[in-house]
Amino acid sequence: MNRDTASHITRFIVLILVQVLILNHVNFLGSLNPYIYIIFILLAPININKSLFLLLSFILGLTIDMFGDSGGVHAAACLIIAFFRPVALRSVFGLSYEFQTVKLGSIGFGEKLAYVTLMVLTHQFVIFSLEIFNFSHILLIAKKTLFSSLFTIVVTMLVLVLFRRKDS
Amino acid sequence: MQQIINFLIRNKHFLLFLLLLLLSLVFTIQSHSYHKSKFVSSTNFLSGGLYSWQHSISDYFNLKTENKRLLEENERLRNQLSVLSVDSIAITHIDTSSYNRPYTFIKARVIKNDYSKLDNYILINKGENDSISTDMGIITDKGIVGIIENTSKNYSRVISILNSNSRINAGLKNSNQYGSLIWNGKDPNIVQLETIPRQAILKEGDTIITHGRSTIFPRGIGIGTIVNYSLDQNKSYYLIDVKLFNDMTDIGFVYSIKSRDAQEIKNLETSNNE
Repeated sequence: MNRDTASHITRFIVLILVQVLILNHVNFLGSLNPYIYIIFILLAPININKSLFLLLSFILGLTIDMFGDSGGVHAAACLIIAFFRPVALRSVFGLSYEFQTVKLGSIGFGEKLAYVTLMVLTHQFVIFSLEIFNFSHILLIAKKTLFSSLFTIVVTMLVLVLFRRKDS
Repeated sequence: MQQIINFLIRNKHFLLFLLLLLLSLVFTIQSHSYHKSKFVSSTNFLSGGLYSWQHSISDYFNLKTENKRLLEENERLRNQLSVLSVDSIAITHIDTSSYNRPYTFIKARVIKNDYSKLDNYILINKGENDSISTDMGIITDKGIVGIIENTSKNYSRVISILNSNSRINAGLKNSNQYGSLIWNGKDPNIVQLETIPRQAILKEGDTIITHGRSTIFPRGIGIGTIVNYSLDQNKSYYLIDVKLFNDMTDIGFVYSIKSRDAQEIKNLETSNNE
């Protein structure tokens, strides 16, 4: 177990605790909560075993569900963004992803923002579609997705910039 | 056979994805139907323990408001008591044959409270060990909060009135017409009362109470006051907006109501159906 693996495990646990104990009670403007626990999925190593990655994302989402009493909403959303992460990476980073030379810790601000936006939007859309679970409320789903994604993207970018590792 | 195995190996990531997705969808669908969401729930020891630990810290910040609320409740109860003691001055002894409480109240503390989602749940720190069971009503000193949906040894999950699955029997204080209380998911302080017949005489500011037509809540527990009402599409029922007495965003201590006669009434109802 090298230093990288340890830091990923620590991040997994710390993100769950922060999400459950603090960020689920923010309720900004009535009902907005930032869901920053997906940073684990965003920053997972690019060459990680795919099955392991899917399983970990599922467990991450299910834990958040367990604490939030939301059934399997977060588990499904995490699973979907974990599965489609290669697509997002390829569309944002292009060739340098194909050759596996991207370092997620040291990419430019614009690319980082595009990557985070793509992932967060997908995640939030799945969450609210499953939580509301009614296509006659499609406008409500769109509204909640939009505002919650904006809030989550801002907080996620702040966390990513503030907690950037010095050495990478 | 070889080809099938090759296919499975080639697509193992995708198959794992489908399997896990199916599992999470099953959990989601179960959570949308009342009384089914047993598997993924915050009543287990891990999340329950973590929440009560968090609450034991944040409790200190609410001591002042909690104290004030208890004083107000004390004052009101004391007033009621003084009225009663004047009335019943002749009956000074109470024994179990003449005095038989149909309901007992068990106090509990809220350790997790949601109000920003469409389906909200509350977690309390009493469970089966404190003789809490499913389908018991939960109230505060001001009004109703919800119904116990799921219990573990030391914790129980309450389906809040701010939940799209919640249907609670309620009616007007000054007449016998009743309907069911639902929530449209918009404002955590306003719930809706539907299927009140149009013959009812309504006024803004009228009080809505529980009507005791189920074994969950006794008659006469406050819910809220009417802020707005309108007739529905076919002009036969009222749809009423009710402002809750409780502030659902700020609930500290609650009482759960144990009905002594619930089992008897249930047995009677099921024997009638057969």
